Amino acid sequence: MTASTTATGVAFDAQGQASDEQRRNLAMQALVRDLAATGAAQLESCVRCGQCANACHFYVTTGDPKYTPIRKLRPLEQAYHRHVGPFAPLFRLFGIVPRVTAAELEEWEQLLFDSCTMCGRCTLACPMGIDIADLVKQSRHAMFAAGLIPDRLELMDRTTKLWGSPATPSEDFADIIREAGTQFGVAMKIDEPKADYLITVAPAELTEHTKALADAAKVLNALGVKWTYHSDGFEASNIGYLNGDIALQETMTRKLIDAAIKIGAHTLVLPECGHAYGAARWEAGRWYGDKLPVRVIHMTEFLDEAVTSGRIKLKKVGQSASFHDPCQLGRRGGVIKAPRNILAALGVEVKELADAGTVGWCCGGGGGVVSNKRADPLRYRVFEMKRRQVEDAGADRFVTACGQCRITLNLGASKYKWDRKAESLLELVADNLIA
Amino acid sequence: MELLQFARGPALTVALAVFAFGALWRLLGVLLLERRGVYSAPRPGAPSIFASALAGIIGKMWPHATFLKQSLFPVLNGYLFHLGLAISVLLFAPHILFIKSISGLSWPALPSNLVYGIAVVTAVSLVAALVHRLTDPVLRLISRADDYVSWMLTFLPVVSGIAAVSHIGARYETLLAVHILTVCALLVWFPFGKLMHAFLFVVSRGETGIRFKHRGADI
Repeated sequence: MTASTTATGVAFDAQGQASDEQRRNLAMQALVRDLAATGAAQLESCVRCGQCANACHFYVTTGDPKYTPIRKLRPLEQAYHRHVGPFAPLFRLFGIVPRVTAAELEEWEQLLFDSCTMCGRCTLACPMGIDIADLVKQSRHAMFAAGLIPDRLELMDRTTKLWGSPATPSEDFADIIREAGTQFGVAMKIDEPKADYLITVAPAELTEHTKALADAAKVLNALGVKWTYHSDGFEASNIGYLNGDIALQETMTRKLIDAAIKIGAHTLVLPECGHAYGAARWEAGRWYGDKLPVRVIHMTEFLDEAVTSGRIKLKKVGQSASFHDPCQLGRRGGVIKAPRNILAALGVEVKELADAGTVGWCCGGGGGVVSNKRADPLRYRVFEMKRRQVEDAGADRFVTACGQCRITLNLGASKYKWDRKAESLLELVADNLIA
Repeated sequence: MELLQFARGPALTVALAVFAFGALWRLLGVLLLERRGVYSAPRPGAPSIFASALAGIIGKMWPHATFLKQSLFPVLNGYLFHLGLAISVLLFAPHILFIKSISGLSWPALPSNLVYGIAVVTAVSLVAALVHRLTDPVLRLISRADDYVSWMLTFLPVVSGIAAVSHIGARYETLLAVHILTVCALLVWFPFGKLMHAFLFVVSRGETGIRFKHRGADI
């Protein structure tokens, strides 16, 4: 691993010993391999209207045009037009589209990893319907292949390959579950041979959010269903999805699905994690190669079903709350009403942020940005915007349904000595269950 | 061969051939690429693929309210010159006569004076779009040669058409020949640059509509 700086002064990390030409070729192979009809049609359709800029929290909070979302796709666009598009031979022959260089890829590392959370607000704003967030994800595949991702993310990648999770070795998982059960006084189920519900976790729940492990158990026990955590498939955050490591994404996806099949689960419940939802709910089938034999839902959907069906009863909390919609759950996942249904069942008045639901602003830490130390200054700028919106909404509480969003927002709160904390919706439900 | 004969004859024939073959080639080159299967279960109640695509195509015609404040000028100006171009091309009597002469199809025209006025407004709107591109830091940074070439080749037929109708600057035959040649240049460039969004927007918006309606998400 090396931390370097480009000729234009942009810091980048590089992994491995490949030459510039090798890195470039590896990236090109990945870019070309990924491009299918949908991505191609979208790359072909851009009219350079720039409307994506005002949708991007990194552009809006810095005013720097280099963060314009469509610009982040430049290497992908060049690779497409030079090697894949209908006029690629002409563009190559006459040098109309230049080669992507290693130096360009190095410079783009920051744009693709530090200043994009793949939140998809740009996709929403694009009049041509270009799913820029998805194309950034494709670009990350190429960056990973070239060994050009932030070191902190690469470290998490290696750790996950070694341990099965970026947070803890798989063999320690059962102990962590039991300890959380003991600490919070909740009966846990771990490695049950048969269960209807496989409950999965996010890395933060194995470290600083262990209460979430007990909270999920408390709700499941109250429902009286057959459920379990399982050491064979527990890690849902899927760091491969964030880093552009397709092989790891497949491995982590298969672990979850295989574990669910092994225990005969009909439902796989994802933790309070946005990107876990993106990786497993919408992409797992790609790696499984067929329609999944198990239903995949987010914890928020699970709680909503339990609450709205009347299978669990909640105390009325009263007060008011603003809800931060995790981008992968809300804007890109369509789960907007579920958390609000739950808050309503808790008797909480929802005071919406100025931009909420589909158009809500990202916390600034998604897509691995919160784990990428280099991106801290940018992330804190986004936090300031979010903080203003929360204060303007004037609610008593600030709730979300993603552990990474909570960490991002609470890191911001800590830095700026803000006396508010982002709370977990699951925790709110578990703490107010009527037994 | 006089300039007008050349413009109406070989120049236009070649330009139309390049346009038709090039546009078809580009469309097929995109549409025949591999299509990835979608294996995830749709959100219960998700509309059909056709309805989802249609939702994407129509839904993207107007921005979400939250984005409109910043994009009001480009959106309104964009509508202005797109509608202006469509009216100038399709509802001007001499254009309809020309289309009838090669295809047999015709339809009612708008009064020529009205179309003339619309063409002038369209030209002004196009100039405003260019000024916006040149002065907005985001647009300046992301613009490619294609954006300026496409602008120029869209603008020239409009102003040459206005000049031809107004008989400004030269003999009518010469002005008409220049107008037709600028249209030829536009047709030749069309398949290679961003003007193809006239066709591709349907595919791009439609694909996004399908992706997000499948998820039960907004577009």
